[in-house]
Amino acid sequence: MDAFVQADDVPPPLPVTIASARLTYGGTPLFEDLSLRLEPAAVTCLLGPSGVGKTTLLRMIAGLAEPEPPTTVTAGDGRPLAGRIAYMAQQDLLLPWLSVLGNVLLGARLRGERRTPTLVAEARGLLARVGLAGREDDRPASLSGGQRQRVALARTLMEHRPVVLMDEPFSALDAITRLRLGGLAAELLAGRTVLLVTHDPLEALRLGHRVHVMTGFPATVGPALEPPGPPPRAPDDPDVLALQGELLRRLAE
Amino acid sequence: MKFLRPLVTLAVLLAAWQALVWATGLPRYILPGPLAVATAFQRNAGLLTQHAASTLTEILLGLFLGVALGTVSAILLASVRSARRWLMPLLVVSQAIPVFALAPLLVLWLGYGMASKIAMATLIIYFPVTSALFDGLRRTEPGWLDLARTMGASGASALWHIRLPAALPAFASGVRVAAAVAPIGAVIGEWVGSSAGLGYLMLHANARMQIDLLFAALFVLGAFAVALYTVTDAVLHRALPWVPESHAFDEKD
Repeated sequence: MDAFVQADDVPPPLPVTIASARLTYGGTPLFEDLSLRLEPAAVTCLLGPSGVGKTTLLRMIAGLAEPEPPTTVTAGDGRPLAGRIAYMAQQDLLLPWLSVLGNVLLGARLRGERRTPTLVAEARGLLARVGLAGREDDRPASLSGGQRQRVALARTLMEHRPVVLMDEPFSALDAITRLRLGGLAAELLAGRTVLLVTHDPLEALRLGHRVHVMTGFPATVGPALEPPGPPPRAPDDPDVLALQGELLRRLAE
Repeated sequence: MKFLRPLVTLAVLLAAWQALVWATGLPRYILPGPLAVATAFQRNAGLLTQHAASTLTEILLGLFLGVALGTVSAILLASVRSARRWLMPLLVVSQAIPVFALAPLLVLWLGYGMASKIAMATLIIYFPVTSALFDGLRRTEPGWLDLARTMGASGASALWHIRLPAALPAFASGVRVAAAVAPIGAVIGEWVGSSAGLGYLMLHANARMQIDLLFAALFVLGAFAVALYTVTDAVLHRALPWVPESHAFDEKD
């Protein structure tokens, strides 16, 4: 990606389809013939209890886990997904020896790209947008958990990838920080194809355009629930609250 | 109090030593008192300095070579799978042979000069450095490597930018151990065969019943070991400011 692409430039929307997904663990299938479509420029939430295989599914899409045959992961334009996804995990994964700014610029450093003034200016701009202006030279250790995840968000945005995969990125944070950060992420990630894996129904309903429930053994992905209105929705939105009951019921099935 | 405490300890130890000499009435050539040793120090200052210089050179060169070789080996072991398969057993077996047993051979091969002592110190330093750094390189936080992969980093780039810096604290503990054992290597080498160095001086003094001189040489050697450790520790702390200091074992006063 070019260095002079601005932070506001969102790459063209890209849908992703997972079909015939299969995962066996110790001989028994965790899921089989599972399919999931990530709509372009929308946040798809995958909600489910722990151990159901959501993280592995996400890692297959990310190219971090070898998909078990006959699983296929295809991008809407038919080209490979590698190099077009950004990954955000539950831990912030900030490198303790780099400054906040250095962490945001990690992708460029790893790919051996020159640290041009444009690139640095962009990283500073992103840090300002996540509310961390002035903290560029601090080490991650001096930040709070929420601030660290904000840096991780800036680092994710810095990659300009059309697909963003998030694995419970806010689950280690306290409730109010999680709420704020979720809203911020929804705002900044608008226009990208996002898969958000979570076990928090409220979070899924606030941030997702489409919410799928993944349950059962072997696991299946249920039909999408589409909460009305654009995310991020208010946590006390009556629709959100009504759907939360529905989701909990589906989760418990 | 911080500086006073070790001084008090030292004074008590010296007093106990002197008391032991008085109480037992041991002759000078078995156990000299602290005053006798101090006199030996003064009388043989030139001799001690000359031999200390040669031992110090051996220690420093051995430390440098051992750390350099250990670093190269650890990186090789961590990054090349076949190197790991072929060299790991060799490394372990080589450690099963007591390094002291090799000293006569090294003197035979490399002569009575400094080379055999430097080789001895290098050998003794090599293993702690290699194993510490290799261990550190193997224990990189897997999430960081996942992140690097999604960012399109090559294996070499991930090694240089993530695995190596992440392994530096482990490497630092290896170097600290190395700094503490380096003098042993040099002195063992000198004992087996040499014409200079503190080890040589100690043997020589021992044979001539100059036990006070032997003690003086021993003190110089001890001072080297402590100074080397302190300097190494300080340098490593400065070089790795992001490593949290653990004071778990320090009592709170």
